[in-house]
Amino acid sequence: MTTWIRRYSARERSNHWLVAILFIFSALSGLALFHPAFFFIAHLFGGGTWNRILHPFIGVLLSLFFIALAARFWRSNAFIPADRVWMKHIGDELCNRDERLPEVGKYNAGQKYLFWTVVVTVPTLLISGIVIWQPWFAPYFPIGLLRVAVVIHALAAWIMILGIVVHVYAAIWVKGSVRAMTRGTVSEAWAKHHHRAWYREMTGK
Amino acid sequence: MALQSLDIKARSATTTPSPDARAKGAIPVAKLIDISKCIGCKACQVACMEWNNLRDEIGTNVGVYDNPMDLTDQSWTVMRFSEVEVQQGRLEWLIRKDGCMHCADPGCLKACPSPGAIVQYANGIVDFHEENCIGCGYCLTGCPFNIPRISKKDNKAYKCTLCSDRVGVGLEPACVKTCPTGAIVFGSKDDMIHHAEGRIADLKERGYQNAGLYDPQGVSGTHVMYVLQHADKPELYANLPKDPSISPLVSLWKGVTKPLMSLGIGLAVFVGFFHYVTVGPKVVDEDEPDSADPPRPSEPIKERS
Repeated sequence: MTTWIRRYSARERSNHWLVAILFIFSALSGLALFHPAFFFIAHLFGGGTWNRILHPFIGVLLSLFFIALAARFWRSNAFIPADRVWMKHIGDELCNRDERLPEVGKYNAGQKYLFWTVVVTVPTLLISGIVIWQPWFAPYFPIGLLRVAVVIHALAAWIMILGIVVHVYAAIWVKGSVRAMTRGTVSEAWAKHHHRAWYREMTGK
Repeated sequence: MALQSLDIKARSATTTPSPDARAKGAIPVAKLIDISKCIGCKACQVACMEWNNLRDEIGTNVGVYDNPMDLTDQSWTVMRFSEVEVQQGRLEWLIRKDGCMHCADPGCLKACPSPGAIVQYANGIVDFHEENCIGCGYCLTGCPFNIPRISKKDNKAYKCTLCSDRVGVGLEPACVKTCPTGAIVFGSKDDMIHHAEGRIADLKERGYQNAGLYDPQGVSGTHVMYVLQHADKPELYANLPKDPSISPLVSLWKGVTKPLMSLGIGLAVFVGFFHYVTVGPKVVDEDEPDSADPPRPSEPIKERS
């Protein structure tokens, strides 16, 4: 019989999924303005004008919920010396040669990099987004700053989208992970295999 | 509204060709503003208001002739008055009619994310189609002349249309029609350059050694041109930029970068998919032994056995 270990509380899961849903909305509405190839997405939000109106509000909500999420998770994402060793074995991780990987705690170095990427990009997007937010804030900034802000905004969004693509893929790739965010639990074997140090900490074994 | 009698050369946020079946016959037009002839009467401002049915708010007099003080969604053209001493002791009152320059390489159109909100007609006029405008303000970042204004009423961008609705039916722009001194003339761009040459020769004869035409090549020329008494120093005319061009940031943002970035995102998904079907998922055996010491079989090996 499978033994389950609690990985995320109901609050943590709700917080994560609020950010995830808001990310999908903000990424889609943002892509609509990113390149003409994606402009059709604006129709999902009620057309170009509604897309423009909604996008910044979605972004602000995302930022608020992400701050809460980061406050919950930042401690377990702090880098430790062992992360450097793990990064050297990134090839083993990608080729599923898991037996060669060093022990990891609650998060491996790859997960930590993802976390800190989002920690950097979300506030960057928030600040650059406020600068170009029509009609509320943009009129108070000089045009030179708007030009810089639109480039930074697009670049940060791109980095974040790429990061989330990797994040989502990793969840699909590493079987048994999605359950941690849907039900809050992972199997004992999963914990032992992927996060042995965390497993020992949780079970005392 | 798109004027069907005018052919479209370029359309914002559109990657396929614009309707230009009839474009071959279009003659590039231009409005020539001879600053040496302008008396600052603002009749052109009034004509613009009348034709386009615009009524700006009545402001307050701050002790200068400029009125209104700046372009707005309701004022698509304004007189800018500069008192300068180009030569010591010789005061000159330079009056420049400011408004959209109708660039041949329009930065606003390049920056706009909404398909068809900004169009460039085959005759060179750059027009905003407000019904397609989403109010994002990107055109402001694209414009090297700081012309477009977002309306506080409807959050759409507005600017001079070069009276595309008049030009489309063979009339000259309203400001041209009303100018009492003939400082504003309108015609084909070639004719306007020719006309300007005559004016420049005349100005040079009268002591304005640096008189010249303002048709900046940084934006591939403009369809609104100035005759300047001091063409070597356009900044004298209320900071008319000497060598305007679309900001490199806008080119970076709207050039090849975004298609490449889009490709990058697609590629990331693609790589992920093929990683899954080649390397395969990480599946943990629920009966995995307790100790980490015995070698844990990796998935591919298990599949082979």
